[in-house]
Amino acid sequence: MEASLYLLIPLSVALVFVIGWVFWRALEGGQFDDLERPAHDVLMDDDKPK
Amino acid sequence: MRPEALPPVESYDDPLAQKEFVAAPAEGVREATLILDRIRCAACLWLNEQSLRRVPGVLRADVNFTTQRAQVTWDPAVTRLSKILEAIRAVGYDAYPFDPRRGDALARGERRRALWRLFVAGFGAMQVMMYAWPAYVDAGAGTLSADAEALMRWASLALTTPVLAFSCGPFFRGAWQDARQRRISLDTPIALGLAAGFAASVWATVTGRGEVYFDSIAMLAFLLLGARTAELFARQKAGRDLDRLARWMPSFALRISGAATERVPAHMLAAGDRVLVGAGERVPADGVVEEGASCADESLLTGESRAVLKPVGAPLVGGSVNLEQPLAMRVTRAGADTQAAAIGRLVERAAATKPALVERADWLAQRLTVVVIATAALAWGFSGNVWFAVAVLVATCPCALGLASPIVLTRAGAQLLSRGAALTRSRALEALDCASDVVLDKTGTLTLGKPAIARVVTLSGADERHCRALAAALECASTHPLARAFRVAGTTPAVRELRNAAGQGVEGRVDGRFVRIGARRFCAQIAGADAPTADAHVYLAEEGRWLAAFFIEDALRPEAEGLVQALTARGLRVHLLSGDEPALVERIARQLGIARWTGGATPQDKFDYVARLQAEDRVVAMVGDGLNDAPVLARADASVAMGAGADAAQLQADVVLTADRLGALGEVLDVARGAMRLVRQNLGWALAYNSLALPAAALGFIGPWEAAIGMSASSFIVVLNALRPLSRAGTWKQASTSSFPSPSPSYS
Repeated sequence: MEASLYLLIPLSVALVFVIGWVFWRALEGGQFDDLERPAHDVLMDDDKPK
Repeated sequence: MRPEALPPVESYDDPLAQKEFVAAPAEGVREATLILDRIRCAACLWLNEQSLRRVPGVLRADVNFTTQRAQVTWDPAVTRLSKILEAIRAVGYDAYPFDPRRGDALARGERRRALWRLFVAGFGAMQVMMYAWPAYVDAGAGTLSADAEALMRWASLALTTPVLAFSCGPFFRGAWQDARQRRISLDTPIALGLAAGFAASVWATVTGRGEVYFDSIAMLAFLLLGARTAELFARQKAGRDLDRLARWMPSFALRISGAATERVPAHMLAAGDRVLVGAGERVPADGVVEEGASCADESLLTGESRAVLKPVGAPLVGGSVNLEQPLAMRVTRAGADTQAAAIGRLVERAAATKPALVERADWLAQRLTVVVIATAALAWGFSGNVWFAVAVLVATCPCALGLASPIVLTRAGAQLLSRGAALTRSRALEALDCASDVVLDKTGTLTLGKPAIARVVTLSGADERHCRALAAALECASTHPLARAFRVAGTTPAVRELRNAAGQGVEGRVDGRFVRIGARRFCAQIAGADAPTADAHVYLAEEGRWLAAFFIEDALRPEAEGLVQALTARGLRVHLLSGDEPALVERIARQLGIARWTGGATPQDKFDYVARLQAEDRVVAMVGDGLNDAPVLARADASVAMGAGADAAQLQADVVLTADRLGALGEVLDVARGAMRLVRQNLGWALAYNSLALPAAALGFIGPWEAAIGMSASSFIVVLNALRPLSRAGTWKQASTSSFPSPSPSYS
C-alpha cells in the first residue's frame, strides 16, 4: 500500500513541472497579455452576418 | 535576454533620433524622460536619482516609481544622453528614452514575467501543501512511517526550490543589490525571512531532525507575489492612463506633395507641410484646415467628447479625431512642438514631486525596515527558534507603507487629465485638498479674456446692423485690444483711405462718406456736436452726425457663477482679486456673489494679499491666467492656471486647465480631495497593521503562515483601496467623459 507512494509522489512532482511548462507555453503565446479585453469581448458587437 | 535586444546607447545621441524624446527648454539645456527598468521599490528610486545626479553635466534628475520614469535635464556641452544612460546601467538598472512603442513591449514583458512567477509559486505552494497534509493529520500518531515522511519532505524540497530560486528571484536580487550598496530596502526583510526559513527546513530534511515549513515558505512566496502582481497591474494601468496623450499621436501621416500623397512617419512632418486627414483618423500634428469642413473630437484636451465644427481656417489639435469628412490641413506645429506633446511633458513632470505626507511615509518605511530586522534578530536570540524571526521579518515588512501612495497619485494625474486639467506637481494635491480660500483673478479667469460688444446704442436713427458692419470694416486697421470685439464673420463694406490714428481711433471713407470710430472726442470732431451718451467705450460717427455708441465687455465665463456657488457650498472662502478698476470688479463680485473682492491691485498687491491670508493660517489656492500673475501663483499654496494649448508648457502653475474651462476647477478639487483621502487611509492602515503585527510576531503569537497572510492581505488591501474611485460625485461623469473615442469612425 505505502509502496505506491514511492511511485505516485515522484510522479506528482514530475506532473507539476509538465503543467508548469504548459502554462509557460500559454503565457509566451500571449494568452494572458490582455486580461481586460476578454471581459469586454462578449459585449462587443462584432458578429459577422452569416 | 533583454540587454542584448537593446540598441547601443550611442544611437540615442543622434539628433534626428532625439527629436521625439528630447526637449530643449532653454539654450544649453536638454530635457528627456527616461523609462527605468528593474525598479522594485522606493529605495531604487533614490539610487537611480543619486547616480543620475552624480553624472557631470546633469542639471536635474527626478525619478518616479509609479511610472518608472526619470526626468533628466542636462547640459549638452558637458555630457551626452548616452553617458547618462550608461550611468544607470552601471548601477544595475536599465534606462531608455521614452518612446511609447518600446514602453509597450517593456510592460508586456514585465507582466508575463510576473504572471509566470506567480503561477510557479502558486502551483508549487498547492502541491507542497498536499505533501505537508499527511504530516499535519498524523501529528505524531505514528501512522505515517518515517520513510514516507522523509519522502514527502524531499518532494516538498524539490518543489519549493524552484519557487524560491525562480519566483522569489526579485526579492533576493533586490536585497542583494541593496546589500552591495550597504542599504536596506523593503526586499531585505522578506529575502532574509525566506532564506532563513528555507535553510532551516533544508537542514531538517537532510539531517532528519526538526520541523520543516516548506508549505509555509511556498505559500508566503505565492501571497507576496500575488500582492506584487496586483500592484504591478495597478501601476501599469495608472501609467497607461497617463501615457494616453503620447499614444494618441498617430505614427504615420499622409503628406500631400503636389497631386500625390505619400505616407510618412508623423515625426517627420514639419511646419508648413500639407497633410490629408481621412474621416475617423487622428490629426497627426497641430495645424489649420485648408480644404474641406468637418467635425473634430478634441476630448484629449478638453475632457469633453463633443464634436467641434472645423470649417476652413479652423485650428486643428494634433491627436484629436476628425469625425466626418476628409480634411486637408496645413501643419503649424509638429512632433514634439505640438500641444499634446507639451501637455504630456508637463504631466510627466508632475511625478517629480510628492506630497509632504508621502515623503514622510517613505522616510518612515525606511526606518521601520531597520526596526523590523533588529526585532527579528532579538526574537531569534531570545527564543532560540528561527521561526519567530521568520514571522517577524515577514509579518511586519512595511511594504504596504511603500505601496500606499504612488498608485493613487498617478491615478489622480490621469483622471485630472481626462477632465481637462493637467497636474504638473503632485505636491499640490495636498494643498488643494486642504485649501480654505480660493483666490480668483478676473481677466481671463472669471472672464473669457476676449472683449465683446455687450450693447450698441444707435444714435440719430442709424441702423444697428449697418453700424456693426461699418465698425467691423474700420476696426480691421486697428491694433487696439478692444478692436477684436468688433470682428465679425461675413462681408463688411469696402473702406477707402483707411487710416489708424494711434490712441484715438480709425477713420476711412465708406460709400463716399467720411467715417470715424474710436474715442468720443475723436468722433466729435466730425460729428459736430457732443455725443448724447457719455459713458460708452467706443463711438462711431460720420460727417455731421453720430451713428452709434458701443459698450464693450469682457464677458463672464458661463460657468463662473456655478463655480463660485459650488466653491462656497464646499465651505471655501472665495476672493476676487483683480487689477481692473474697482467699480467693475465690485459689479462682477456682486453678480457672482463673491463677498471678498479687491480691485485695482498691482501684482505686488496681489502677492501681499495672498501672503496676508497665509499669515492667518489660511491655505490659499490661486487661480489665474498664469502669464501675468506668475509671482502670486508661485506664492499661493496651490496654483491653477487657465491655459489652452502650447502656452501651457510655459505656465508656472501646479495645475493647468488645458481645456480653458473654469468648471474643471471643481473637479480638480474633488479629485485632490479624493486622492488625499485614499492616501491617508492607506498610510493609516499600513501604520496600524505594522504597529500591531510587530509586537505580536516578536512575542511568538503569529506563526510564519499567519505572518504571510497578514502581510499579503495588508498589501492587497492597500492596492485595492488605491484603485477605488477618487471622487464620489464625479464617478458617473468620469464614466461618460473618459471613455475616449476609439480610432475607428464607427461611432460618429
